[in-house]
Amino acid sequence: MTAAVSPGGPTGGPVWLDHPAARVLIRRHRLRWWELLPWIAAIGVYFAFPDYLGFGTELLIVILFALSLDIALGYAGIVTLGHAAFFGIGAYTVGLLAFHGIWTEPISGLVLAAIAAAVIGVASGLVLLRTRGLTLLMLTICTMALLGEAANMAHAYTGGFDGLPSLPIAPVLGAFEFNPLYADTQYLYTLAVLLICFVFVRALVYSPFGQSLTGIRENALRMHAIGAPVRGRLVICYAVSAAIAGIAGGLWAQTNAYVNLSVFDLDRSATVLIVLIVGGYGRLYGAFVGAVAYMTLSHFLARIYPTAWQLGLGLMLLLIALFAHNGILGVGEALWRRYGAERAAP
Amino acid sequence: MPNGLADFAGILLGGVSAGTVLFIVSVGLSVTMGLMGFVNLAHGAFAMFGGYVIALAMNRVHLGFAAALALGFAATAAVSAILERLLYRRLYRAGELDQVLLTIGLIFIFIAGITMVVGPESQPLRLPPALQGQLNLGFMQYRTYSVFLIMVGVLIVTAIWLVFDHTLIGTRIRATLDNRGMAESLGINVDRLFTITFAFGSGMAALGGGLGAEFLGLDPQYALKYLVYFLIAVSVGGLGSIAGVYSASLLIGVLDFVLKFYLPEGGTIFIYALTILLLLWRPQGLGRKET
Repeated sequence: MTAAVSPGGPTGGPVWLDHPAARVLIRRHRLRWWELLPWIAAIGVYFAFPDYLGFGTELLIVILFALSLDIALGYAGIVTLGHAAFFGIGAYTVGLLAFHGIWTEPISGLVLAAIAAAVIGVASGLVLLRTRGLTLLMLTICTMALLGEAANMAHAYTGGFDGLPSLPIAPVLGAFEFNPLYADTQYLYTLAVLLICFVFVRALVYSPFGQSLTGIRENALRMHAIGAPVRGRLVICYAVSAAIAGIAGGLWAQTNAYVNLSVFDLDRSATVLIVLIVGGYGRLYGAFVGAVAYMTLSHFLARIYPTAWQLGLGLMLLLIALFAHNGILGVGEALWRRYGAERAAP
Repeated sequence: MPNGLADFAGILLGGVSAGTVLFIVSVGLSVTMGLMGFVNLAHGAFAMFGGYVIALAMNRVHLGFAAALALGFAATAAVSAILERLLYRRLYRAGELDQVLLTIGLIFIFIAGITMVVGPESQPLRLPPALQGQLNLGFMQYRTYSVFLIMVGVLIVTAIWLVFDHTLIGTRIRATLDNRGMAESLGINVDRLFTITFAFGSGMAALGGGLGAEFLGLDPQYALKYLVYFLIAVSVGGLGSIAGVYSASLLIGVLDFVLKFYLPEGGTIFIYALTILLLLWRPQGLGRKET
């Protein structure tokens, strides 16, 4: 039976659905079995390593922060070294509201943190995203430094350099108290927030909106030519990324029960960039792989051999920049493809 | 001279001398970023490396100040030329992200290397007696070293300007800045030009590291601590513009001193705000024409 006789292909659908490209595109966003693994592993860690839940919480927050950067950097191609600005806004939103006794409920606190970061994201995005390259990079750094200085100047409210200690955070859902000595509530709470944000981000990047972001990254001129509102999409994307970074910052403030100026550090922006690139940017799981690799190594090596760790990290960054542009996941995919090809043609 | 005015003149001179150091470090970054389009965050690390060579040459080998400065320039230029040939060259056509990553990696390696070899404590740099003390300027007394720095800065900016505008290599650099493809077709050896300019720019950074060590200090965190200031000077001044970077550096230096004196709390916020406004007004920087 040929297509000329009947418009149905082997699957019974229209013929164009049988085009190999169409099949790939249709299946692209489907849930795969291995996508459950990170979550099973996270639950496993909860039972297997009860002593490391504090570290685990920190790790989950870094994953969320790197995921937020991935939307802006990996998908839309906005090169920023100032992403800690939004992390800091989220952290200080939670911190200020809790310290001054205005709002201590954690979940709505995160919503407020996301809104505050998104507002700053829209405001700065409208201005910054007109520029590109070095100018954009500098503007993102300066915005972050500006916010950090502002937090320092307003020390009557923010505690300045010392920050805001021992924040009173209400129990999650009114039942689960944050215990500063044993981080089980913090861990599960952070994991739940990460899951919700991840589901949202996953839906976002596979949506037409997410596709148009990739289009802008690859060729902004063509996107202009087909009539896509490039600037508007970039600003929205920047705001969404900011909101999620704000949630990460809010979580950081809640689970640590303090905020200080370190949330606005250039160090923090550089670290999250490194985490994302080590894992592989522009792919959903890069943030997970990068954060696990980086945080585990730094947690166990950096305290014992700080200088050697820094040297090793520097060498690793050189290698990634020169040879492995897509990070661990990129290398894995390349190996998989080579290995798979050998199996197919022995 | 009334007291307030003397204060102000002192602050102005201090700001200009700090701005001069900023200029000496940043000018190389401006030319190399403009010429090669490479986001070189490791420039501060070269300044730090040079500063260490200069300080160690004076403290341990008891070299004179001028000889140590020359040694620092030469050593840093040589190291950076090697790095340019081995590493930077591969990423000229890559995206900013890979360049940022490579140079952040280099910063870490420099910081770790210096911590391992020299140690984490900060290095003192003792000035020669001739440059210590106060100088009578006619209308007021001022620190000899600051006056010396300002004069060195004027000398350097004049020399670079002369080379840039009136020599063959300067013409080649300007031609490559404007249109690399055309310059290559005219037979200019762009590869060699890149290496030479890069080495020279890093050498200048080393001089800046040594000359500024007296008040910026010299410790392994130097490479990161002042990076934002170098980048601000370059982006506000304009890539590849000597006059632009000079004026931007002096502006930042003076502003920093004035704000720290009259607004001791959080005066730096205005520097960041001003940078943002200037960059939005002239994304190309002060010294570059719109393209």
